[in-house]
Amino acid sequence: MSPYREGARARVSTVPILRLGDVLVTGLLGELDDSSALALAEELTARIAQDGARGVLLDISRVDIIDSFVARALMELSTMAQLLGARVIVAGMRPPVAITLVELGIELTGVETALNAEEGMASLGWRQSDALPAEPRA
Amino acid sequence: MNRSEASARSILTGVLERQQTAIAERWVQVQMERGEVGGGLAEDELREEADALVAALSSGLAGDLPVERVVAQHRQLHDAVTDLSMRRARAGTSPTATSLAVLSLKEALLACVAEESLDTRGSLAVARVVNRLVDAAGALSFETYVEGREEIIRRQNRQLMELSTPVVQLWREILAVPLIGNLDTARSQVVMENLLEAIQEHEAAVAIIDITGVPTVDTSVAQHLMQTVKAVRLMGADCVISGIRPGIAQTIVQLGIDLSGIQTRATLADALETAMGLTGQRAPYAPEHP
Repeated sequence: MSPYREGARARVSTVPILRLGDVLVTGLLGELDDSSALALAEELTARIAQDGARGVLLDISRVDIIDSFVARALMELSTMAQLLGARVIVAGMRPPVAITLVELGIELTGVETALNAEEGMASLGWRQSDALPAEPRA
Repeated sequence: MNRSEASARSILTGVLERQQTAIAERWVQVQMERGEVGGGLAEDELREEADALVAALSSGLAGDLPVERVVAQHRQLHDAVTDLSMRRARAGTSPTATSLAVLSLKEALLACVAEESLDTRGSLAVARVVNRLVDAAGALSFETYVEGREEIIRRQNRQLMELSTPVVQLWREILAVPLIGNLDTARSQVVMENLLEAIQEHEAAVAIIDITGVPTVDTSVAQHLMQTVKAVRLMGADCVISGIRPGIAQTIVQLGIDLSGIQTRATLADALETAMGLTGQRAPYAPEHP
């Protein structure tokens, strides 16, 4: 890493990272620029190690554009997390974003995706409690 | 030359003014006799057309535009000619019949001019003016006719595009797209957009792309299918391709297309069973295999 690592860590991303048991939950808003993507990756890996998280849920349902740099950052984040023993799930990608990525020929190899945050949490092992109706959308 | 043309024009204008109805009537008769009117145009429709066009021609000639540009620039005349050819394009009349119908106005005009007592030189000058006028109208009508046909083709294309890419919900969390016809870039784009929107809307976990109706699968079709599958996966859903006929399986292997990353099934029923397995649902009964 860079010798200015401490300085980079001070530049924290603006999105909150919540911890639910052994899962970290966070989301992205609007357009993600290069420096905040890097800052997020750095902060997340630090939190995974610190909290001993087993899963990371990254909600991108409010993201309109993902460019090749951010896509790469997501792939790297996913690999880093795997090295630390955690699964990253990217949830809620919008149709235009998916089409753009495919047209640019970017495959998010190694990145798990989920339809929405709920599905993402379910595949990380979180289940709805029985007190709630089993199929709320049926 | 110029003087004779000017006088020929004024003679013609006079004839048109005096014999408007007679010319229109004659024109209709010429068209009916030659049987150039197909496609369900009734006689009174023809008469209406003829009246409008002859009236427009008369007022166009009475104005001061040069003969070569009367048809193109006199609004009323231009509209009358385009209306006529548009109507015929829509009614399915052939292009030859349409332009011949316009050109047969020449005959009607000349017949009426012949009734005037003119010397040879004078009638020749009038005939030339008539020729130029009606030829321009014929060319314009042909052009409009082609435009009309192209508009029809464009509209049908659009309708076909909308018709051919429906996304249906087969089961809870399972969507299907039955593809029919050849899959080109524009269509695969529409399919992809519709499918992804539907996945988001229905929160579907599995999408089945059924290619039973796709006649051939070549490298570009396979490429489009792969792209769609990738986009579906990015959304967090799974994708199964069904309807692969034996012939298509052979082509895919012979072309060396790698579909190994994609789940494929022979029939939609098999794909539905697979999809239900993927979503953790159980089919009420498994499809029977004889």
